[in-house]
Amino acid sequence: MLIDPHGNAVDASGYAAPDGPALLRAFAALVTARRLNDQAYALVRQGRLAVYPSSHGQEACQVAAAQVLADGDWLFPTYRDTIAAVGRGVDPVEALSLLKGDWHCGYDPYEHNVAPHATPLATQLPHAVGVAHAARLRGEPTVVLALCGDGGTSEGDFHEALNFAAVLRAPVVFFVQNNEYAISVPLARQTAAPSLAHKGIGYGVPGERVDGNDAAALLTVLGAAVERARAGGGPQLIEAHTYRMQAHTNADDATRYRRDDEVAAWVERDPITRLEAHLRERGLLDDAQLADITAQAEHVATHLRDGLNRDVEPDPAMLFDHVYASPTPQLTEQAALVADELDREGALR
Amino acid sequence: MTVTATDHVKLTMAQALNRALRDAMAADPAVVVFGEDVGALGGVFRITDGLTAEFGEDRCFDTPLAESGIVGVAVGMAMNGMRPVVEMQFDAFAYPAFEQIVSHVAKMRNRTRGRVTLPMVIRVPYAGGIGGVEHHCDSSEAYYAHTPGLHVVAPATPADAYGLLREAIASDDPVIFLEPKKLYWSKEEVELGAEVPGIGTAVVRRAGTDATLIAYGPSVPVALEAAEVAAGEGRSLQVVDLRSIVPFDDETVCAAVRSTGRAVVVAEAAGFASVSSEIVARVTERCFHALAAPIRRVTGFDIPYPPPKLEHFQLPGVDRVLDAVDDLQWEDS
Ligand SMILES: Cc1ncc(C[n+]2csc(CCOP(=O)(O)OP(=O)(O)O)c2C)c(N)n1
Ligand SMILES: [Mg+2]
Repeated sequence: MLIDPHGNAVDASGYAAPDGPALLRAFAALVTARRLNDQAYALVRQGRLAVYPSSHGQEACQVAAAQVLADGDWLFPTYRDTIAAVGRGVDPVEALSLLKGDWHCGYDPYEHNVAPHATPLATQLPHAVGVAHAARLRGEPTVVLALCGDGGTSEGDFHEALNFAAVLRAPVVFFVQNNEYAISVPLARQTAAPSLAHKGIGYGVPGERVDGNDAAALLTVLGAAVERARAGGGPQLIEAHTYRMQAHTNADDATRYRRDDEVAAWVERDPITRLEAHLRERGLLDDAQLADITAQAEHVATHLRDGLNRDVEPDPAMLFDHVYASPTPQLTEQAALVADELDREGALR
Repeated sequence: MTVTATDHVKLTMAQALNRALRDAMAADPAVVVFGEDVGALGGVFRITDGLTAEFGEDRCFDTPLAESGIVGVAVGMAMNGMRPVVEMQFDAFAYPAFEQIVSHVAKMRNRTRGRVTLPMVIRVPYAGGIGGVEHHCDSSEAYYAHTPGLHVVAPATPADAYGLLREAIASDDPVIFLEPKKLYWSKEEVELGAEVPGIGTAVVRRAGTDATLIAYGPSVPVALEAAEVAAGEGRSLQVVDLRSIVPFDDETVCAAVRSTGRAVVVAEAAGFASVSSEIVARVTERCFHALAAPIRRVTGFDIPYPPPKLEHFQLPGVDRVLDAVDDLQWEDS
């Protein structure tokens, strides 16, 4: 921890806090992140999104993950990491394509080096290792940041990825957002390990824990891990301790497995109020700046709202276009069948 | 494919596969080979023999024992400019990688609308007939063939093994490359660099007029032998080798069946919900009026693959194939 829940600087030996501009940039991103989370949640209620796993409360992790990477670095997000993808430059409307219920990820993964989000837990982690290893073989300075949840650390692919990364000395930073729950299952039922960061030990991967609601600490710890990986230091595992403030998704009922007072206790540790207090105390933020930042966040939210409110009629013919480089004879036949159905429907209208 | 000079050599299927890997690696620095024991040992079947020595550790390397990790890392490398060729040590040991194959290998192109392609090959020594103990003899083709987004091929000759593997490595789509173990040591003259029919093309291996045997991979030699025996008994059997299960060559297969009016499908895998059932369904749907008898199948039984002493009961043999041919309602014609 570098900033406590009241916004006071904490002395953490060995780690320097990020400079003012970096903190201010993170703060602006945090305000936008919260606004986007709330906007997306509202859009689910309005039927514009099929489902939204919100990172409300985890925004510091999302913002830091995006901010510590350099151009050319890769991000491997999960379904809960829309905000981190947006932080890398992905248009939020496109970033939500799959959650809107579309059949594709919306954005071009190569434009910002953001992989399409993975839903099968931890399966993206070996991919991250592969991208990093390929870059290393070619002598490129790429670092890959791979995200996963506390529940995901129980999956086999988490362990296989850590082991491969260590053996290959791949420049990957594994970043676990421990938000205490995997849907309804609390951490205590997920693992008996002393911490999730400990899971690196068996693979020779250094692990570190960080306050997941302290943007300053996250920027410092993740930033150091990224630069160490870039310098050839191999993979690292960072566990951020945070909390999922809302239900798993809009479809979940969190009252069945956790108490309101538990949630309330985390309100005090909110990542945004904490950084705001700190920046104001240091004279780095005033009301006028905050108004600007809020207006900018509102602007992004409007863009998201407008984008998702636009009705784009999905074209069923496209379902056949990208299964293979060129369609098999069987797919060509099936696409023709659908085209014929559509023609006849059109003729009836 | 950029193979220039043609070169005639007598090779086993194992050697042909090794040559294909070497030639592909020499032709394209993006081709990397990895898996369990593929480095110094050259793979348990020696298919990667000498590759590390020739191309170095970066191009052919041993990995930790974790099949999901192997395939998952290959996905990432393929996303980032490489053409990985990975080896699953045996058919049944590819199952830990199934989630990666189904959820990512097969879907990446589609879910990125063609932006991210995965030019990767998953080589699987497969099927039985070598006296292997349990977990070493599975015919797993149906699992892959049932998954949209994968190409699935199974060579039956050394020449096809070479040509199809070169093409699989050059393909921008992921290919499940099934290598019939029992044919690894079969030998023939291979013309390296010769044009072979592409993935998605079946070939007629033997001409015949009375009935068509449809086979692929390890069952092709069985079908050919059955045709030879039948010829001695005065019956002319045509043999079609699918070579490629996905894409499936309806055209060649149906033309062959129409020319004879009778067919038997020969396949080692358990018959229930299998590639062989798919072949029967497809051919029946398309050639019903050309058929003089229902299509018969000779397949493995729907049992776990039996131990070495009993495996000959499981494998489609020449006698069973000829019995099935005898059952094709000849009395009516
Ligand atoms: C392989 C797999 N199993 C089950 C699921 C269903 N599922 C989706 S999210 C989730 C909980 C994941 O928890 P965690 O890793 O802690 O991430 P969080 O949702 O808290 O961000 C589960 C069980 C899945 N997506 N993938
Ligand atoms: Mg969680």
